[in-house]
Parts: sequence; C-alpha cells; structure tokens
Amino acid sequence: MTPLLSVQGITKRYGTHIGCADVSFDLYPGEVMGIVGESGSGKSTLLNCMAGHLTPDAGQVVFDTRTDGPHDTITMSEPERRMLGRTDWAFVHQHARDGLRIGVSAGGNVGERLMAVGERNYGDIREKATDWLGRVEIDASRVDDRPTTFSGGMQQRLQIARNLVTGPRLVFMDEPTGGLDVSVQARLLDLLRGLVRDMGLSAIIVTHDLAVVRLLADRLMVMKTGRVVEAGLTDQVLDDPQHAYSQLLVSSVLQV
Amino acid sequence: MTEYNFAYLDEQTKRMIRRAILKGLAIPGYQVPFASREMPMPYGWGTGGVQVSAAVLTPKDTFKVIDQGADDTTNAVSIRTFFQRTAGVATTTTTSDATVIQTRHRIPEEPLHEGQILVYQVPIPEPLRFLEPRESETRKMHSLEEYGLMHVKLYEDISRHGHIATSYAYPVKVEGRYVMDPSPIPKFDNPKLGDMAAIQLFGAGREQRIYALPPYTQVVSLDFEDHPFEASKADHPCGMCGATDSYLDELIIDDAGGRMFVCSDTDYCEVRQAAGHKRKDAA
Repeated sequence: MTPLLSVQGITKRYGTHIGCADVSFDLYPGEVMGIVGESGSGKSTLLNCMAGHLTPDAGQVVFDTRTDGPHDTITMSEPERRMLGRTDWAFVHQHARDGLRIGVSAGGNVGERLMAVGERNYGDIREKATDWLGRVEIDASRVDDRPTTFSGGMQQRLQIARNLVTGPRLVFMDEPTGGLDVSVQARLLDLLRGLVRDMGLSAIIVTHDLAVVRLLADRLMVMKTGRVVEAGLTDQVLDDPQHAYSQLLVSSVLQV
Repeated sequence: MTEYNFAYLDEQTKRMIRRAILKGLAIPGYQVPFASREMPMPYGWGTGGVQVSAAVLTPKDTFKVIDQGADDTTNAVSIRTFFQRTAGVATTTTTSDATVIQTRHRIPEEPLHEGQILVYQVPIPEPLRFLEPRESETRKMHSLEEYGLMHVKLYEDISRHGHIATSYAYPVKVEGRYVMDPSPIPKFDNPKLGDMAAIQLFGAGREQRIYALPPYTQVVSLDFEDHPFEASKADHPCGMCGATDSYLDELIIDDAGGRMFVCSDTDYCEVRQAAGHKRKDAA
C-alpha cells in the first residue's frame, strides 16, 4: 500500500535556532497521526512545513496525488500546491478566525472552496453549504449569519465544515480544540471522530492535549526541541511511555 | 502655452506611461504598475485618467471629458480646461467628434468607433481588494487565476438581497484570463466593454496602476448559472428626450417628493432633443 503522505527528513531552521529537525514518518490512508509536545517543541513548524505554509530547509513531503501518484509537494509548482490546498488538503487553524473569512456569511465561508474549484451554480452551492452546516451541528437558519455572531465552538465547527466541503483526503489540524471550554471540546472531538471515521479521512493533529490524541489518533509522535523523541501506537505511547520526556508529559496530566 | 510642456507632463514621464499602456494592451486586463506623478489636482479627481490622457494626446486630437456621463459638471469642466490650457487641443462635447474621451463612471451611449480612445478614471483597480486586503496575495491570485473569491462576493449579494445587488464596478473576466474592475461604471455599461471598436485605457493615479482593453476584446461579466448577469437601469423613459435605452439619473426636483429621470449622458440627450425627441409625459 502506498502511503498517502510520506515525510522524509524534514528540517526547518530559524537562523541558528532549530524549528524541527530530521522528522520522518509515513501516513497511510484513513490513519490519524497525533503530534504532541510542549510549546516551542516544533510541532506547529512541522505541520506548516507539511502543509506548504513554510518551506523546509531539507527533506521531502511526498503526497499521493489523485492524478499523478506520489509527488514531492515541496518541489512541485506553486499552482499545483495551492490547488492541493483547495481540494485534497484541508487545514484547520487553532483560532477559527485565522481560517474563516470573518466578514462573509457562514454559507459563503463554506461555499468558497466550492467556488474556488469552479462551482458556478448558486442553488447547488447553497444546498451543499446548508448540508455541511447540518453535519457540523450548526442550525440551517444560521446560514446567512456572519461568523462574528457565532460562539467560539460554532466558529471552530464552521471552519471544519468549510474545510471538508470539497471532500479532502488529508486534514491538517493545529490545536483544533485549543481555547474551547471542556464541554465544547468534548462535543467537537466527538464530531471530528465521527467525520474522520465516516469520510475515511487521514489527519495529522498537532496538540498539547493528550486527551485529544487519545480519542482521535491511531499513532502518536512525541516531539521535544524540534526532534521526535518517541513514536508508536497511541495507546502504547500513552500507557507505557519509554522516553523520559514522554513519561513527564503523561504524568503531567491532571487527574480529576 | 509656453509655460508647459505639451499636455503638462514632461516627455520622459509620458514615455514611461506609454510603455505601461502598451504592456497593458498586450496583456488585456492585467494591472501594470507605473510611476504615477503628482498632478495639480487631488487624488480621486481623476489623476490616473489625466496622466493616461496626457500620454496619448497628440496636438491633432479632439478631447472630450465626461463625469458621470455629463460634460458640464465640475470634474469634466476642470479637466477639459486643464488640457485646453496645457495642450491646446481642440475640445468637444460631441461623442462622435472626439478622438480621446476621458470618462468618470460612464461609457457614452453612442457606440464608439475605431480610432477613438476611451480613458477611464479608476479609484481602486483591484477587483479583489475588499475581499483580500493583502496586495501580495491578490497579485498571486491573479497570476495563478484563483478567482473563486470573486464569486464569494456575488454569493453574499444573492444570499443577502436575493439577487446580485452589485450595481457598479461589476467584475468582469477579460479574454477568459484576468478578472478586472471596470471602474465604477454602472453594470448597465458592462456589455459595452466587450467587443468595443475603441481602445479602452484605465488609469489609477493613487494606486499607480494602468490596465487596458484593446479593441474587440472579449469581456464577460461574472455571474452564476442560476443567477445570470443582468444589465439594469431605472425603469423609466428619459424626462427630457424620452429615450428608453439610455442609463438614467434620478433627480429630486422639489421638496414634495417630486423627481424625474434624465439621461446621464448629456450629449446623447441633447442630440436627441435637437432631433425633435421630447418626453412623452411629465415625470
């Protein structure tokens, strides 16, 4: 089986400071990979390098495209990469405002990707947008409201709808539950889990919240100071951490 | 006349502007940056159009200026006088006699013919500006033909008003490639942009951009399959000449709610009145 995404030796330096160093892994279709670590451990840098927002100093990100098979997305032309960003990839930002058009109605936000890939029928666009709002549990009557009138949890769900409407195969998530209160987090996780399972999505989730990866991720990478210190199946890593830092991380979780 | 170089600008500047114009004509709809000069009038009064006019005027030209269709409003009069003084060119208010027509917010009703140049004053040349504030990003979107966002604006119109409510500066696609802001002309004029016999030049002074449409260029107004583009105007005949095919201005004529609709193109209206057309009934 060809991996959907094959990352080899990704390194990103900020001057002499290391963002992330020599990260390699394979992600297979339908798999969810979690990346955990403390603030500044390089997990967001790694995610941005993979999603094409940053150019790494070394390494390859090979994506199995629908048309041409495996392709290095770092050396591919910018139009191709941006096309991937609108179709097969999705990126869920930590702050919903970064991923939404705040002055555009919820329907317009969801419809943007459809229009970007050439959809030109208002009725169809609106129908799909309304359908997707329903799937992320936003009432259809809010379709013409702006995201500014939405709560934080709703904005985050709207962002997810906006990203998934074109049926991507790979979703990058940067702290999708950050900044939400626990009950909203739980609902969002539940929703995400359902969507990932139903659509057979592959996802890479960056978080510092171990509960999120426990629920969503099949596999886990633990990062510290830009390097991967431990990788394995989620339950394995969380229940029996081997590296000193993983042990610290797991033991730091508050038990209620 | 001796105090100024012909048409106010110095020859090097005009040459620089002509270069930008030629590039613009070679790539229809593409916004060419140019080193816009300070003109003796404020930004927003047509500094871009004036510079383009200065660069294309020759001593043999006949010059006409319209502002919202009218030859006799402040903006039109001041620019016409400006070139009378600095270039000594003949001026006219008759559309068919003019070789260079500078316009603000209208295309003359009378079809233009080959050999004429229509110069538009453009306040904001970037059609994507109010959707994407970053210039670096809009340039990238143009170069990669990423125009989905333009339809988001139209989508928002329909979802809010039930129809495409954008009534001026209606975005167009040029020769299937560049999305262009036609300057704030009413969308009634959009169909005239395409396949026009005259050369159309667009100058934005403050934003330092020039773009152009060569004669007989394909220009398509953006729309949705189920909400097609519609050129609209006030549903009245002209109150002075009775024309039903021209774009109308609404005038308030008293403080008791009285109003009338008249042609915004004064030349068109006057020619029709001189030919004996009169309004059919009081407005």
